[in-house]
Amino acid sequence: MNKSQKEELVVIGGSAGSLTILLRVIKKLPDDFSVPVIIVIHRQRNVLSEFTTILTNAFKNKKIVEPDDKNPIDGSCIYVAPQNYHLLIETDYTFSLDYSEPVKFSRPSIDVTLESAAIVYKSNLTAILLSGANNDGTSGLISVVQNGGAIIAQDPETAEFAAMPASAISTVPGIVVLSPDEIAAYLTGINSK
Amino acid sequence: MSVRKVEIKEEEIEEILLLVNRMYGYDFTSYSRASMQRRIARFMDDARFKNFSEFKFSLVNDTSVFDYFLQRITVNVTEMFRDPQFYTAIRKQVLPEIASYPTIKIWHAGCSSGEEVFSMAILLHEAGLLKRSKIYGTDINPSNIEKAKKGILPLEVMKEYVANYIHSGGESDFASYYTARYENAIIRKDLREKVFFSQHNLVTDQVFNEFQLILCRNVMIYFNSQLQNKVIQLFYNSLSTFGFLALGIKESLLFSDFKNKFEVIGSHEKIFKRIQL
Repeated sequence: MNKSQKEELVVIGGSAGSLTILLRVIKKLPDDFSVPVIIVIHRQRNVLSEFTTILTNAFKNKKIVEPDDKNPIDGSCIYVAPQNYHLLIETDYTFSLDYSEPVKFSRPSIDVTLESAAIVYKSNLTAILLSGANNDGTSGLISVVQNGGAIIAQDPETAEFAAMPASAISTVPGIVVLSPDEIAAYLTGINSK
Repeated sequence: MSVRKVEIKEEEIEEILLLVNRMYGYDFTSYSRASMQRRIARFMDDARFKNFSEFKFSLVNDTSVFDYFLQRITVNVTEMFRDPQFYTAIRKQVLPEIASYPTIKIWHAGCSSGEEVFSMAILLHEAGLLKRSKIYGTDINPSNIEKAKKGILPLEVMKEYVANYIHSGGESDFASYYTARYENAIIRKDLREKVFFSQHNLVTDQVFNEFQLILCRNVMIYFNSQLQNKVIQLFYNSLSTFGFLALGIKESLLFSDFKNKFEVIGSHEKIFKRIQL
């Protein structure tokens, strides 16, 4: 594992209305993008989701992975939190999964992944919250900011469902509000750091 | 609203885990930290402890606090026919092979309140194998075992289980497997008779029988790699030659020391077969 793979992490949380935004953001990432990205997106439970397949088909040049328990984090991958599990990160930069109760009716929960990533990655974490109809993610962003990480919300004006980013913006001080294209540009900036 | 959150420190977690092991004999020291940290923080929040020392004091001096702690710190989320496609694979790929044994012995390690054990009893019944089967369900948590022994489930969740059952390829009338009484469903007696529940701790307890199939689903995700390897060794030693090991959908032997000692039977369903090496 080379140095850069451990240093930075991006976590993107999204719910209703976030799929098209995600596709747009990922499409704009440079080919040499080497910061690991974790996507936590709400899906219906017990219905096999096509989400990972959609990403895999849309981005043949990227490695889209639904991690198993204990999977090491690799900078060349975009990880998708598996359905029906919470996705956490251990201090040895491996994933661990958790099957406990949904949080805010969500499993995977954006809050749970953000809280766990914040503890491990501290100021090297960038957390992004996209469109959604509930307030998952707000509590997690507080942990990220407390640990020195960067936090971004999709501009609610550009979101199909504004509630999720709006909740974070009204609660967490220091949050940066960006349009989808600005989010892509921001991520490209992290990559060339 | 205050935006500052209280976080529990790593050394405080270690302190609590050592204390629980010393005082109550439950060894959680090899559990994976991320999830443990989250559940301890949640427990402190739910039980309304103001700070770490208050929490520690209660845990030491009040066994009822420990009982509640044990209940909350172990994950007891389960359902009948969880991951229906997994049960389809058990029906089609595993049962026909283990059917050749005169007595079929199955172990559900970490069975929680028994929902998946009863699902297995139904599969065996439908395959005509239940009469010569014995299913052992074990869990670390004694209150889960008490619940499982009763075989009583809330009626409202049964509706969801019917859908799982049908998706798994079940063709019988699911309601014939239980008796509804007020808000509860009692699992049919002939299904319960072949099931034996007891307390067993995967961290400290040993091999207790030989099995043709061991299921341990979404249990080892809470263990660190060393403990996972130790437990997989225990399963390996408890399986008959060419016995099956079934894990949760997102669990893998790939990151363990045992990846070469098992053959993959269902890569998505996470069903493995012990091979001779």
